[in-house]
Amino acid sequence: MTHSAAIAQDVTPVVSMDMITKTFPGVRALDQVKLDLYPGQVTALVGENGAGKSTTVKILTGIYRTNGGTIRIDGNPVTFASPNDAANAGITAIHQETVLFDELSVAENIYIGHAPRNSFGLIDTARMHSNAASLLAEIGAPFSSHTQLSDLGIANKHLVAIARALSVDARVVIMDEPTAALSHKEIEELYDLVDTLKAQGKAILFISHKFDEIFRIADRYTVFRDGGFVGDGLIADISENDLVTMMVGRSVEQIFPDRTHNVGDEVLKVVGYAHPTEFADISFTLKRGEILGFYGLVGAGRSEFMQALFGITKPSKGVCQMNGDLKIIRSPAQAVENGIVYVPEDRGKQGAIIGLPIFQNITLPSLGRTSKNGLLKLAEEFKLAREYSQRLDLRAASLDQDIGNLSGGNQQKVVIAKWLATQPQVIILDEPTKGIDIGSKAAVHDFMAELAAQGLSVIMISSEIPEIIGMSDRVIVMRDGLIAAELPREELTPETLVRHAAGISQPTEGAA
Amino acid sequence: MTDATTARNIPDRMNSRAVRIFKSWEALLLAVAITIFVVNSFASPYFLDAWNLSDATFNFTEKAMIAFAMALLIIAGEIDLSVASIIALASTAMGLAMQHGAGTPELVTIGLIVGLLCGAFNGFFVTVLGLPSIVVTIGTMSLFRGISYIILGDDSFRGYPSSFAWFGQGYIYWVFTVEMLFFVIIAVAYAVLLHKTNFGRAVYAIGNNPTGAMFSGIRVQRIKFILFLLTGLMSGIAAICLTSRLGSTRPSIASGMELEVVTMVVLGGVNILGGSGTIPGVVIAAFVMGLVTFGLGLLNVPGLVMSIFIGLLLIGVIALPRLWTMAAERRKE
Repeated sequence: MTHSAAIAQDVTPVVSMDMITKTFPGVRALDQVKLDLYPGQVTALVGENGAGKSTTVKILTGIYRTNGGTIRIDGNPVTFASPNDAANAGITAIHQETVLFDELSVAENIYIGHAPRNSFGLIDTARMHSNAASLLAEIGAPFSSHTQLSDLGIANKHLVAIARALSVDARVVIMDEPTAALSHKEIEELYDLVDTLKAQGKAILFISHKFDEIFRIADRYTVFRDGGFVGDGLIADISENDLVTMMVGRSVEQIFPDRTHNVGDEVLKVVGYAHPTEFADISFTLKRGEILGFYGLVGAGRSEFMQALFGITKPSKGVCQMNGDLKIIRSPAQAVENGIVYVPEDRGKQGAIIGLPIFQNITLPSLGRTSKNGLLKLAEEFKLAREYSQRLDLRAASLDQDIGNLSGGNQQKVVIAKWLATQPQVIILDEPTKGIDIGSKAAVHDFMAELAAQGLSVIMISSEIPEIIGMSDRVIVMRDGLIAAELPREELTPETLVRHAAGISQPTEGAA
Repeated sequence: MTDATTARNIPDRMNSRAVRIFKSWEALLLAVAITIFVVNSFASPYFLDAWNLSDATFNFTEKAMIAFAMALLIIAGEIDLSVASIIALASTAMGLAMQHGAGTPELVTIGLIVGLLCGAFNGFFVTVLGLPSIVVTIGTMSLFRGISYIILGDDSFRGYPSSFAWFGQGYIYWVFTVEMLFFVIIAVAYAVLLHKTNFGRAVYAIGNNPTGAMFSGIRVQRIKFILFLLTGLMSGIAAICLTSRLGSTRPSIASGMELEVVTMVVLGGVNILGGSGTIPGVVIAAFVMGLVTFGLGLLNVPGLVMSIFIGLLLIGVIALPRLWTMAAERRKE
């Protein structure tokens, strides 16, 4: 099964992981995997959720210790006992959720832990800022080193993280889904930066689910599947289809499920929802068995509106009706009582209750049904949890395992199971496939289609055009907190969606 | 372990019940309690005496009543440092009422109501105004006791009705005190509340992730408010028992008890950052603290030295499992 591509260059890898194994109670996360990173080259680590990518990053950065295998730096075996050891070896990571400090300045964030000292041993603020300023200039950051971090947007925070990576004189830079939260223009700027880092001879480990991205900037690939090594080689020697096949172990095309589009009576009607700052004038209806897509740019007010509909924030105006009855929803508890549930985008903070076992996560909003007179009935809870974890094809060692030990995709399945177990009429999915691999994505899409076919009404917020077009019966495009357009399925094209979302007027005759 | 990733049938539990119990914090703590018991019975000939042991329970019964409610509050990610001051205020209110001729039923009612009101006061600032509970209750710690000092000054209330003495000085049967009965009833009630009800499950959810709990439809603020009410109520009950046992009220009553209560809760295995802990753990911790204090008392160890022992015990018992796992990890390498 190993595809070993002929690697012509006789460059020695900076970092070489060999036969690395990592086990957790009940799960073998990595099984004798290998990964080599070369100076001046970008290596893409490719794999589905649960393939072991995050575990690899945590081993490389000294957060986890291995149970077997060798890590070599420049050919010499090393052991990382702490994140500090990894940092001293020149390995630095820019994580999915970048770890930075909101209340500190940009320069302080860059130099935290290794700030230049003056002769009294105190932080040399002047030198720190001038060093930071030159780093920022090098990567073309459009802000000053004195700016407080909380004043920056996500894209600029990424630049700070990258500047920090450069400041420690890193030889290995790990980028874990660096483009997940970036706009198109920001992604292009990030690519330029990667080129700069390559030119400086740094070895880059690039983790991404986006194939266009991998083929755009990676020189090499390494594929993991279910914690095992599948193959590696040069990007130039492999096609996109072959890489996908290696990754999933079967050939998968990005096809969306065939749907019957069997839309019934009106279930939910929203009239004139408004918020002082985030959105205004939101009115629409949702029918039984319908999938209603919400498209828009980041910051268009889609999530903010959905959270108001779910009772988390208070709208300043507006009413909603369920099956023709006026409902006042001022808390999530009331929303759930009325059959409206919300699967949030921020899984770690809002979706999963990390620290509680899987079965307790699933039954949390359904305790009213699994208990009697307020007293828990564990047998009923396990029954419900078993039923829904099977429906969602959950992969876990046991149902009393902490949800925090699951991969992102499996956590998402638990969160969806939790809401389906309440038997809702309307389910709101906020970026349901963000940051999950192609295999899990297809599973979520199939499942959505199945739910709609069973008569559940689905609202899907998505920023991915293929997903919006492939899944929706109807799409509402939001821009700057307002509904910019409502489009039936027949009128959905990438161009129309982008035009409405960005507020570009219809092309005139001359321009076409 | 590929079968774990391909299997569709996920087992309910990873370990059997026996393994879970054996590996639990409570098991370790129970071993500590038994050790202390054995050491004590060798150290002093007076230890294994039914009446002495009965007297020893007063070392922890009142604190433990509050500790059960405090355990829930800490598991939910909050804390109440004003509990000892609530005792002072409730006891002072009972003293005032007694001077105006109140009988035992009225005194008990007043103690409970003052406790509830103080809890509601704390709960209001934390859940309605969204202030941090540690700040609010440090404030009310001074406030509640300050009121007692203003009312009483250097004086004390004495002369409680003789029927009132039943709570702190009465016996149910042989060496079994009324306070022990209260302790058992309250322990069972809180164990059921935390471990067997939807309410208890919500407390754990809130402690692990308050935002996630709110997004799951749990009325987070309402539950926290109830927990403050319960802690206030338990402080009221403790005030009744303590006042009855001492037969008098001074403004310095129960001074410093809040830290002993928190110590008991943490010793019982409750995570001070919230999210985990059990009532059986707190019950055993109560016995451990009671036995240590009593054993040292028999050996004529002064109170100040005793507090050093309690401090060392807390740090020791909490550090032990951590050191154990670190040593185990080191052996593996």
